[in-house]
Amino acid sequence: MQDFLQWLQQPGLNHFLLLSGILFSLGVFAVISRKNAIMVLMGIELILNSANINFIAFSRFSTGTFDGQVIAIFVIILAAAEAAIALAIVLNIYQNFNTVNVDEINQLRD
Amino acid sequence: MDLYAIIFYLFAVITLGSATIVVFSKNVVYSAFALLFALFGVAGLYVLLMADFLAITQLLVYVGGILVLVLFGVMLTTKVFDVQMKTKTIQMVPAVAILGLLSGTIVGVFWSTDWYISENPIDVAKTAPQIGNMLLTTYLLPFEIASVVLLVALIGAAMIARRERKG
Repeated sequence: MQDFLQWLQQPGLNHFLLLSGILFSLGVFAVISRKNAIMVLMGIELILNSANINFIAFSRFSTGTFDGQVIAIFVIILAAAEAAIALAIVLNIYQNFNTVNVDEINQLRD
Repeated sequence: MDLYAIIFYLFAVITLGSATIVVFSKNVVYSAFALLFALFGVAGLYVLLMADFLAITQLLVYVGGILVLVLFGVMLTTKVFDVQMKTKTIQMVPAVAILGLLSGTIVGVFWSTDWYISENPIDVAKTAPQIGNMLLTTYLLPFEIASVVLLVALIGAAMIARRERKG
């Protein structure tokens, strides 16, 4: 118990990893369980952010180089591109089907 | 308990609490605004990890760009003055099972692994010069490819979203 309190008082690599693990699980939960396609996208953003926390935490504590941070920048770039494309697709789906619930969209043609 | 720990727990609570609201809220707009605070909390964590440039990038790109895009999507695809704003959940039982399994596995692995801790962690005041150097030397090719990807995504998104329906 004393060890655990001691551990809690000094945030290190493990604290950030645990936080990103929980964030990742929440993101996966949103992707699986939400009906609205935009909620699924928000879950994906959470997942990408948790991966970024991992990259930067390892970059700071383990490698001591800046490679992790550069890769985190690429992740952010891809997240921006992904969000733009995905929202364009969602808008198109809404025009065609009048809904964005992922369980009701079950045909490729309109 | 020193200041670093207090700030870490503050941002951790902001991030995880907002992420929980994002995931469990019934209202899409609440989720979108909770996502703002979750991303803000992650930016704070970046500052704690000595990544000041990335924290600013996170605020600019995520909070300023992606979040506005998401809100656009919410407003354009839901009937604002209707009950449609509420969104339902599906597959709750498998989702909760997967959530428990996944978080248990990940947290267990992170907890039990004896990670390598470097002797000299990154502890500099500004990271932008180093990142800029690496982007133009080691990571030059991915950097250029990323610019092309962004251009393609921009044009593609505009074309997909503006396509007129025939008939």
